[in-house]
Parts: sequence; structure tokens; C-alpha cells
Amino acid sequence: MKERSERSRIYLDITVRLFSAFSALFGLVILIWILTVVILRGISAINWEFFTELPTPPGMGGGGLANAILGTVIITVVATFISVPFGLLAGVYLSEFGGQSKFAQNVRFLTNILMGTPSIIIGIFVYTMLVRPFGHFSGYAGSVALAILMFPLVTRTTEDILQLVPNALRESALALGMPRWKVTINVVFRAAKKGLITGIILSVARISGETAPLLFTALNSPYWPTNFTDSTANLTVTIFNYAMSPYEDWQKAAWGASFLITFAVLITTLMVRYLVREKHGK
Amino acid sequence: MKLLLEPSTQTRNDGIFRLLTIVAASFILLIMILLFIELLSNSWLSLEKFGLQFLLTNVWDPVRQEFGALSSLYGTLVSTLIAMLIAVPLSLVIALFLVEMAPPMVSKFFGMAIELLAAIPSIIYGMWGLFVLAPLMAKYVQPFLQKISGNLFLFKGPPMGIGMFTAGIILAIMVLPFISSVMREVFLMVPNVVKESAVGMGATTWEMVKVMVRYGIQGMIGATFIGLSRAIGETMAVTFVIGNSHSISTSLFAPANSITATLANEFTEASEPVYLSALVELSLLLFVVTFIIQMVSQLWLKRVQKRMGVQ
Repeated sequence: MKERSERSRIYLDITVRLFSAFSALFGLVILIWILTVVILRGISAINWEFFTELPTPPGMGGGGLANAILGTVIITVVATFISVPFGLLAGVYLSEFGGQSKFAQNVRFLTNILMGTPSIIIGIFVYTMLVRPFGHFSGYAGSVALAILMFPLVTRTTEDILQLVPNALRESALALGMPRWKVTINVVFRAAKKGLITGIILSVARISGETAPLLFTALNSPYWPTNFTDSTANLTVTIFNYAMSPYEDWQKAAWGASFLITFAVLITTLMVRYLVREKHGK
Repeated sequence: MKLLLEPSTQTRNDGIFRLLTIVAASFILLIMILLFIELLSNSWLSLEKFGLQFLLTNVWDPVRQEFGALSSLYGTLVSTLIAMLIAVPLSLVIALFLVEMAPPMVSKFFGMAIELLAAIPSIIYGMWGLFVLAPLMAKYVQPFLQKISGNLFLFKGPPMGIGMFTAGIILAIMVLPFISSVMREVFLMVPNVVKESAVGMGATTWEMVKVMVRYGIQGMIGATFIGLSRAIGETMAVTFVIGNSHSISTSLFAPANSITATLANEFTEASEPVYLSALVELSLLLFVVTFIIQMVSQLWLKRVQKRMGVQ
């Protein structure tokens, strides 16, 4: 053991404390920096036309991203409707029936792995399943890709939240002669309602900002999303295409879209978090 | 009659419900198996044609249909390495600040800010990186580094802002919340007795933390693994700033490529079957690598939790 003087030990301690406080501050500064840039550059692109008009070719001015906004909403909603039933049921299995059985443990394990799988891989997977065989990109494929990303998120949160419901509640309902499925839906779900909704909203917020899985599935389009079996406009791929283009007005529109998506995601996340804390506080 | 019927319908309904949940849970297995089969079968053409050479050569020629992915592998490896070198120590001290130093309100506030960093979509990091960070890097940071390092080989070449170095920095910021949140949990798992005995011996906060780190080192390795697999799979932000060039350079300022950036840039353009197959093989590689890292980190963290929970 190296001997150190009292003073050098204290100096070292202070240095480390300062360094760690500055690091935390660094995180905060980066967050504020990104948000400020997105607000400052984005807000100037946002006006009435941005929400109501179709995009225009570069250099023409005017126009908006109404089709992409609508497309993102449709793709996300469809993805939610596909994945939520599966996610809820799988979560119920893990929490209520599976226990520590081998199968349940494997499912849990793979759920975690799927959750950590890079989203671009899911995009390529859906491309090989739903785009290549049919010969064209489609909004459906985009929704399926997002649904696959969302499935493990919903499963995990459902299991975690159902685990919080006290067993006494299940046992008393069962003792009254209620069948298991009714206990789950009428008693356990009702007790966990708020948590389940929170979990689903957070998952939707997580996937609505995804770009990589849509690149090879929904692709993008300059038209209204009237045909879901063809490439469908969406905000995130539009940001990618516009930002990479050399045209200034397209880059500006990309900032507008970034503003919209960032704040939609962040505000939803914050609001839901706040609601949860409110619930725990009471 | 009714009494006799009811229990049996109820048991049947129960059976159906149970079956439904099992089917839904099986979908996870099904997705994973299909994912592997699809990627494998779609990359077969390339696997057969290039074999091991795919990983060892650096030719990327869609015209002559010759593919070797070394530059993409190299880019993923180096950008991830830069990210981890920055993010791991930073996450450690941030977790330290949140758990041991800051008063509860401050800790809550900073904790939320760090968590919100994780909620920002990847493409927004890309926008910020390309239009804000990269010009700053080109103008100030890179010339400065060249100057103080005496034109070291790592920092050679014109400072363009985009390239491996900037990509690594953005990746570091993006994985920071994930690593620091696991590190935070590890710090919280250290029993008070351990801390109290250190303080009781007259240790300063930093010396107490060193004891805590030694105690929780395994959990911290697990945290690093989680960040690692995030960084390897990150796509959009890297695609924006890495420069998209299939060349290998010792300079970190040179434009490069990564597995994910190659996929994002070229996948929709790949019209030839061999080209497409080579790209799918890249994604198969990425899948296998992240799968293994995730698997190891999960098993590892589970073991750590068990060990620390028992004590």
C-alpha cells in the first residue's frame, strides 16, 4: 500500500468530486444544446403549410410535410395495434402462467435480446420477408417492422407491471370461484391499468422516432399515404433524405420535422413519467 | 345440469386463454428463429462466393461484384472503441455523482436529464452531429488536436469534421445514459456496511468509491457490455457523420464507414443479387455479434445480481 499525505488525499478527493460534477453537467449541457438547436432551427420551418401541404421540389419554396406527418401517424398506429395484443398476452404468460419454467425463462431471455437487437436488422429482416417477395415497398412492412421492435418492449413492461399486483388480489378472486382468465382481465388488469397504459405509451414514443427499420420497408414518398401497400411517406426517412440533400430549403424542412418528432417524443415521455410519479406519490 | 356444465366451460375457457398467452409468447421464439433463417438464407450467395475472404479483404466494388467488408468492420470496431473509451469513465463518474454526491433533488434532476438523452431519437443526433458538431470539430477541435499532438498519425489529414472521430464522440453521448443507468444500479447495490466501514477507516469519498468499484466491478463490466452492443448497432447518427467511404485509414479524421452506415446507405440501391446478399451478410454478422454480446451480458448481470443479492 502506497503511503499518501493527508493533503494529497484530500486534493485528489476534491478533484474527483469536481470531475464527476462536471461530467453530470456535461450530460445536461449536451441535452440543452441539442434541444436548443432543434428548437431554433426547427421552429422557423414550421408554419401552417408545414402541416397541410405536400412537399415541393427543391428551390420552389412553400410546401409542407403533411403527407409525412400523416404517414408516420398511420404507420405507428398500425404498428401499435399489431404489437399490443401480442405483447400484452406474452406479458401475461410470463407473469401469470410461465413462472420460472424453462420455456418462460427462454422467452424472457430472448425478449431481452430482441429488445437489444439493432433496429436496422429488423428492417432488413422485414425487407426479406415482406418487401422482396412482393416486389415493392409498403407501409404495411414499415408497420410490421416497428411492431417487431415494440413487441418485446410491451411484453417486458407488462410482465414487470403485473408482477406489482399483489398476489392476495388474485387469490381472493380465485377463492370466490372466478376462472383464471376472468381474474386476469377483470382483476389483475384493472389493478394494473395505469401502469400498462404508461408502458404502452412509452413504447410508442420509443418507436415513433425510429428511422432505420423504415428505410427498407416503408421507404418514403412525396405523395399522400393513400395506398398502404405502396411506399409510404414518413417523417424520419424524410429527415434522412432531406438532410443528405444539398438543397437548403429541404434541409430546413428536415429541421422542422426534427423539431416535431423530438418534442412529440420528449413531451410524451416526460408527461407519462410525471403521471407515474404522481401515482406513486399518493 | 347448470352446475355440472359451468365448471367445464370455465376450465375450457381457461385453457383457451392460457393457450393464447403461450402462443403470443412463442412469437418471440418464432421471430428470433425466422430472423436468423432469413438472414442466413439471404446471405447464402455471398457466403458461398466470398467465404472467409469477405471478412479479410477490403474491396467494395458493386460494378465487378466483388465484396470484402473489412473497411466496414474496421469502422464499426474503431468508432465503438472511441465511444467506449469516452463513455465508460464518464458514465462511472456520472453514476457516482448521482448516487454518492448530489443531494436528492439535484440527483433527480440530473438523472432525468441523462435519461432524456436516451429518449432523443437517433436521427436527431445525426442532424445535430452533421450540422452542428461536425463544423465545430472541423474548425476548432481537430486543428487543436493536430497542433498539440504534433501531427500524430491518428490525427493526420485535413480536418473535415465528419469521420471516425466525430462518429465515436456522438456514439459516446448516445450510450452514456445506458451505461450510467446500470452503473447507478450497481452502486446502489453495494451494501451500506461496505461504505460505512470504508468511511469508518477514515477514507475520503473517492477512496470509499474505489472500494465500491472493487465490490461492484463485475456489474460494471456488465454495464460496459450493454453500452457496447448499443454502440455497435447504432445506425442513423453514425450514418450522418462517419463520411461513408470504403477506405481504411489510420487517421481518425478520415471519412470511414461502419456496418450499419454501409447498410443504411446502400441497401436500397443494391439491385444485383450478389450485392444485396453481401449486405445481408453484413447484417447477419451484426446480428450474431450483438446477440452474443447481449447473451453474455445478460448471463453475467444475472450472476452478479444473484451474488450481490445473497450477501
